[in-house]
Amino acid sequence: MLADLTAIAFNEEGFMTDPSQWTKEIAEVLAKQEGLETLTPEHWKIIDFCRQAGLASGKSPTLRQITTGTGISTKDLFALFPKGPAKKVAKIAGLGKPEGCV
Amino acid sequence: MAEANRKIAFICSKGDLDMAYPALIMGWAALGNGIDVTLFFTFWGLDLVTKKRVDRLEIAPVANTSFKMSMMGLPTGNLGIPNIMGIIPGMTAFASWFMKTKMKALGVPPVREYLQMLSDGGAKMYGCKMTVDMFGIKKEDFLPCIESVVTASDFIDMTEGAQIIFI
Repeated sequence: MLADLTAIAFNEEGFMTDPSQWTKEIAEVLAKQEGLETLTPEHWKIIDFCRQAGLASGKSPTLRQITTGTGISTKDLFALFPKGPAKKVAKIAGLGKPEGCV
Repeated sequence: MAEANRKIAFICSKGDLDMAYPALIMGWAALGNGIDVTLFFTFWGLDLVTKKRVDRLEIAPVANTSFKMSMMGLPTGNLGIPNIMGIIPGMTAFASWFMKTKMKALGVPPVREYLQMLSDGGAKMYGCKMTVDMFGIKKEDFLPCIESVVTASDFIDMTEGAQIIFI
């Protein structure tokens, strides 16, 4: 049973606007929308890190902050979230668009 | 997704420290957004991908009208570093050190590490055949991120449909 997204607020680019509405079930639906059928423990390691970092700073972590923070390599990050990990990870983690450049 | 096939190619022709970063920063942003990235290094740009040069890139204050003393936190407004001071031995080394320190404080990786990130993220990188022949550079002189040395014509072929940015 997939989570219902009707009550969730998104901006015009598809990012959730209220991170407190986020749940793991919602993340799974958002991941499917981004073309990821299943989320593995490696995916969750990244998403959990982004949730923590994002809620602490109010901003989505950049890709470099994700790789240094999780110890997951750049290659693996791009393999786990193919075709644009920056936006994909932020969307699935219910955070805003990453603002940093690195 | 409309973005799926978007392609960007950068022609990197400069070997100064400050001119190394534009392609790296924009290329990394493009990869993060799922865009195919190609980098073509030509002329002085080959310094960025040459083992002996990549960690020794510099920025010279001489004749650099953008290099203001206020960048160092001095309240001098539009006053630049006078060229006569710029020629003092060590000034280029100082300016390079200064820029590297500033970049590090912002969490920007050094050029060598940045290139590796782009390579790991799927960017394709090539050297320019004519310059390589002219400078006498060998395959083993390059960082491993360089896939091969190609001609201008190859580059034009492989970037069909790409947005091309010359730096």
